[in-house]
Parts: sequence; structure tokens; C-alpha cells
Amino acid sequence: MRNNWIYSIVGIFTISIFILSCQSNEEIEYAHYYVNGKTAYETHCQNCHGAKGEGLGLLYPPLTDTAFIAKNKNNLASIIKYGMSGELIINGQSYNGEMPAETHLSPIEITYIINYIGNSFGNKIGHYTQEQVQQDLINARN
Amino acid sequence: MMRNLLFTIAFISILALSACQSTNTDKLPILGSREPVTTEVNGETVTDTVYHSIPDFEFLNQDSLPITGKTFENSIYVADFFFTSCPSICPIMHRNLLEVYKKYKDNPEVMLLSHSIDTKYDTPSVLKSYAEKLGISGNQWQFASGTRETIYGISPEYMVFTEENDQVAGGFEHQGWFILVDKDKHIRGAYNGTDEKEVAKLMKDMDILLSEYEK
Repeated sequence: MRNNWIYSIVGIFTISIFILSCQSNEEIEYAHYYVNGKTAYETHCQNCHGAKGEGLGLLYPPLTDTAFIAKNKNNLASIIKYGMSGELIINGQSYNGEMPAETHLSPIEITYIINYIGNSFGNKIGHYTQEQVQQDLINARN
Repeated sequence: MMRNLLFTIAFISILALSACQSTNTDKLPILGSREPVTTEVNGETVTDTVYHSIPDFEFLNQDSLPITGKTFENSIYVADFFFTSCPSICPIMHRNLLEVYKKYKDNPEVMLLSHSIDTKYDTPSVLKSYAEKLGISGNQWQFASGTRETIYGISPEYMVFTEENDQVAGGFEHQGWFILVDKDKHIRGAYNGTDEKEVAKLMKDMDILLSEYEK
């Protein structure tokens, strides 16, 4: 009886190792960005935008407008780093506040955050690379 | 720094005190300093305990109307300190306080009082716009603006630490307590406004406090 247990545990372990090693490098890298992104999001974004990206009233817009996120995915890096102001229409509602700049964030931290936001709260932009983020930031300055 | 430490110590003692009494769900403790006052009634010496209470105040609310202690005389209320451009804990606090507002909406015995510690920028009109964007209408949730002296003067009465400080994000340092005050202006509870569990406890305690006034 006890041996059966040990066999099944070892069996499950072996199978999961096979499954894990089957994951492509890209998937592992994506998981790495997503997990770090969650931590960075909690530190830098969650106070205003909420744990579920729900925002707060008409003060802080939600991050659940999947069409907006998809359309603006190349602007996210610049918005996060340099802030944003002026009117925004999110989920059909008008927002007109000011998002503070977070210029101290490094490109890698911004990449983490974009991967988390871009693939949470209903968004599905897929993996977003650090090279793209760096290019986005250069474009934003020109 | 020293003041900060003193406030922390005061709060830990209050929390410890309230923790000891939390088994009693019928009545909430009265928090803060207390002193015995001895008077003579009909030739006999009687000793009464005088509890700390919130002194009278006068602020302007989001409609530029004066609010005083009298505004809150027939209701229990929850007080906090914040500012509209706060990048740190205020959004979390008001996300949580919004739940309290929704639960007690239109209950004439419950009010909320948020003091702005940004006495320069947060004028009544700025607070009005903030309240509207938060989804608040009417006057159940009051947003108070005052002078530096009156706002920073009243915060220790609620046992909340506030300070203008260039070194912190946003320029103001403050604690995120929600303070529960009864109809006699006694402090009956202090809850961490950034912690959903403590805010749930606040709402439970508000029900207990309201039941004290049921006849």
C-alpha cells in the first residue's frame, strides 16, 4: 500500500519533469516575465488601477479595455515611463486625470509590467520583448 | 521622527487594548486617553471617567459649505486623512471606503469624513470633482478642506499621524487609519484602511455601534 503511494508520487514527478522540459524556451521566458510583472505591477500600478485592473470610479481608468490595450500596445512603455494626461475614452467612459511618470523604471521592469498587464484582466497581447520596449521608448522620444 | 515613533507606540497600545476587549461583541471600547473626574453630588464624592472626545471643528466641504461637529451630531462617522494627488495609499483607502459608503448609503445615522492634508491644492472644487469621479453624490460622505493649522491640528485628536514632508512621494506623509467615531464624538475603533480584512471588521463594528442606539 505504502509502496503504491511512493510509486505514484515518483510517477507523477517524472511525468511533470517531462512536461516541464517540453515547454519551449519562449514559454519559460514568458512565464518569467509574467511572474516578475505581477510583482512590479503590485508595487507600481496596483494602488490606483486595482488588483483586478478594475481602476477606481472615474478617477483611475481600468485596464480591462482589451481593444484599447491591444491598439496601444506600442505606447504602453512610454505611458508607464513618462506618464499621461488629457482625455481618454476607456470602456466608453471618459477619464481626464493625470498619470504620474515613473521615470526611475528600467526597460526590463517596464517589460515585466507590459507582459503582465497585456496578458491579464482579459488582455491577450502575447509575449512582449524588451527589444520592442526599448524601441517604443526611443520612438516616444522622437 | 520622534513624533512618528510616539504615534506608533500609541497605536500599538490602542490596538493591544482593543484586542483584549474584542471578545465582547456587545459593546465597542472607547479608545484614547481617559481621566477620572471627582465631583461632589449631594455631599457624596462621585468619581466619573472622562473619555477623550473629538473637539469641535470647522471645515469647508466639497460644496464650499461649512461643516462642524454639529454636522455629525446625529450619526456615527468614519474619519480619515488623504489628499487627491496621493500616489500611494489613498487610492487603496478610498477603494475600501467606497465599499463602506455603498453598504450604508442613505442611512442617516452613518457619515464619512475625509480630511485633505493638501491644504494648498485641494480646494472645495478640487474635492468636489474628486468626489464625483469616485461616484459620490449628496453629503453623506464629506470631504473637508481647511487651513494647515486646523487640519494638522485635528489629526492627533483622531490619533492619526500626518505631516508635510518633501521626502515622501506626493509631499505628504500620513497614516491610513479609518477612525470610527460615535455620536458623542468618542473614538470607538481604528482600522487599517489599506487592509480589506480590517475594513470588513470596521463594517461589522459599525453594525455593533449602531445597535447601541437602537431603542
